[in-house]
Amino acid sequence: MLRFLFRRLIVALLVAATVMTLAFVLTRLSGDLAISIAGPNATAADIEAVRKAYGLDRPVLTQFFDWVGRAVTGDLGNSYFFQTRVSTLIAERMPVTLTLGLTGLSLALLISIPMGILAAVRENTNFDRAVQMVALIGQAMPSFWLGLLLMIIFGLTLGWLPISGTGSWEHFVMPGIVLSFSAVPALTRLTRAGMIQAMSSDYIRTARAKGLSRASILLKHALRNAAIPVVAIAAVQLGFMLGGSIVIEQVFALHGVGFLAWESIAKNDFPVVQAVVLVLAVIYVALTMVSDLLNAVLDPRLRA
Amino acid sequence: MSALLEVEKLEVGFGGSTSAVRGASLTVERGETHCLVGESGCGKSVTALAVMNLLARGGHRTAQRLSFQGEDLLKLDDRGMARLRGNAMAMIFQEPMTSLNPAYTIGSQMTEVMRRHKKVSQRVAIDRAADLLGRVGITAPGLRLGQFPHQLSGGLRQRVMIAMALMCEPQLLIADEPTTALDVTVQAQILRLLAQLQRDLGLGLLLITHDLGIVARVAHRVSVMYAGEVVESAATAQLFADPRHPYTQGLLRCVPVPGKQRQDEPLGSIPGTVPRIGPGFEGCGFRDRCTFADATCAHTVPHQTAAPGHDYLCRLAP
Repeated sequence: MLRFLFRRLIVALLVAATVMTLAFVLTRLSGDLAISIAGPNATAADIEAVRKAYGLDRPVLTQFFDWVGRAVTGDLGNSYFFQTRVSTLIAERMPVTLTLGLTGLSLALLISIPMGILAAVRENTNFDRAVQMVALIGQAMPSFWLGLLLMIIFGLTLGWLPISGTGSWEHFVMPGIVLSFSAVPALTRLTRAGMIQAMSSDYIRTARAKGLSRASILLKHALRNAAIPVVAIAAVQLGFMLGGSIVIEQVFALHGVGFLAWESIAKNDFPVVQAVVLVLAVIYVALTMVSDLLNAVLDPRLRA
Repeated sequence: MSALLEVEKLEVGFGGSTSAVRGASLTVERGETHCLVGESGCGKSVTALAVMNLLARGGHRTAQRLSFQGEDLLKLDDRGMARLRGNAMAMIFQEPMTSLNPAYTIGSQMTEVMRRHKKVSQRVAIDRAADLLGRVGITAPGLRLGQFPHQLSGGLRQRVMIAMALMCEPQLLIADEPTTALDVTVQAQILRLLAQLQRDLGLGLLLITHDLGIVARVAHRVSVMYAGEVVESAATAQLFADPRHPYTQGLLRCVPVPGKQRQDEPLGSIPGTVPRIGPGFEGCGFRDRCTFADATCAHTVPHQTAAPGHDYLCRLAP
């Protein structure tokens, strides 16, 4: 188990290093940073001044290692636009994104696990087909469009929910639903497939031969085994949601990390862009490790 | 007093195209070991699953009579049947490797069945589980209770299955080829164990097997199944000494008997294969492979008695 964890940790560090390199390279590829920072009316002298001030005149490799060296110690540099430390900016915005992501994931699990179980129990009935159809539609629907649709119906027409901002829990309902929609199809299908497989297994026949109640057979014996891949994927999905909330934070004007990333890209505030990419990647890698750990906790065969 | 288990004219079909069991009848008395023999696909396991009402999806059973301790099982709903299963009637299976839930400990799976059927505390259930594990020959029961199925060998898992089946002191234990998946040495151990438990606890044991060696050693009574029917049923000694159905005779010729058989004499075999039988099939299912078959075998198969307690399905005179 410890060796397994150690190996996972090494892989995680390698992924983080790769992401850092990519984030750095991609921001440089987007054009001459000094020109975009200086603005459209800048003279050649202004641009040169900017280049000097931000250290962009140094060799690229020096810039890279300088950035990496600081990032490893937690110093992500200063934002050009906000004139504050990037780490402070991200820390301020993170709670909104985390709340949104966790809301989305909870909703997704609350919807997809019962739907998956019911679809499996009623395999090949109309209910099962309806669930699969809904899952398919959910997967095919772009999240910004669903967001706008909900806004029009529940925000403008019915007036039940606020359409933008982060003032209260109600603000997170619609974005949470929209975000959960990205995970519901996969989680539902995974639950359904896992349950169908579990229900036809020998140990379920044993559970029935023991005269256990239907609830115990379904929830204790079958779901426990069917849930192993679902939980693992759910942890990874949370990573997707945190990264993928950029669009939704935009649509619902939630000032989270995604919104920050969008703002910074628009303003060429590349230390922030690099940092957001790095932070999200590290969270994603950490969640993948959590997923492996959960797997080991749920499946005793992996614990040996 | 009625017999422990009475099955009369049991029919099992899967979706209409095949008949897995066609009018099989058998009776298990209290405290007797009854062996159900026949080749693969003859409907032995399906008969057992139908008795327990554990048929896979799409399976449908009908019978003239299906009673356990005088209680009509056909009239019981799912809930009523669940009250009996694991309690008064228990079953163990052919696949010890996959029959235990990989996610729960042995102890949790064993106590669960007792807590479901008897009003006992977890403490009492654990003690009973440990006691039974010792009884089925597992050393260090306390350690095993905390282990997961993957930490146990196949033989140990089958012992756990047996112990788990005995948790609620059943009257009837159905064992569906419990040794097929095990090593030969372990097979003998498990069989000896089952025979001993049957004697000690006065169990009614319905043992499904295709191994006539097992039958000769442990059975009080034997029913021979062929293509979904019980074609012959008799006390073990009687059946081995005086088989009446051509299929039983063929089956017995396929088993080498040390001393009786000469080295150069070829072992018997039954020509042909088991027919696929759909609904509406008439006559004897064995007629295509039978050397005694004539035109009448395509229509009627009389039920005859050779001696008290020795019945068979064939036109041949007793």
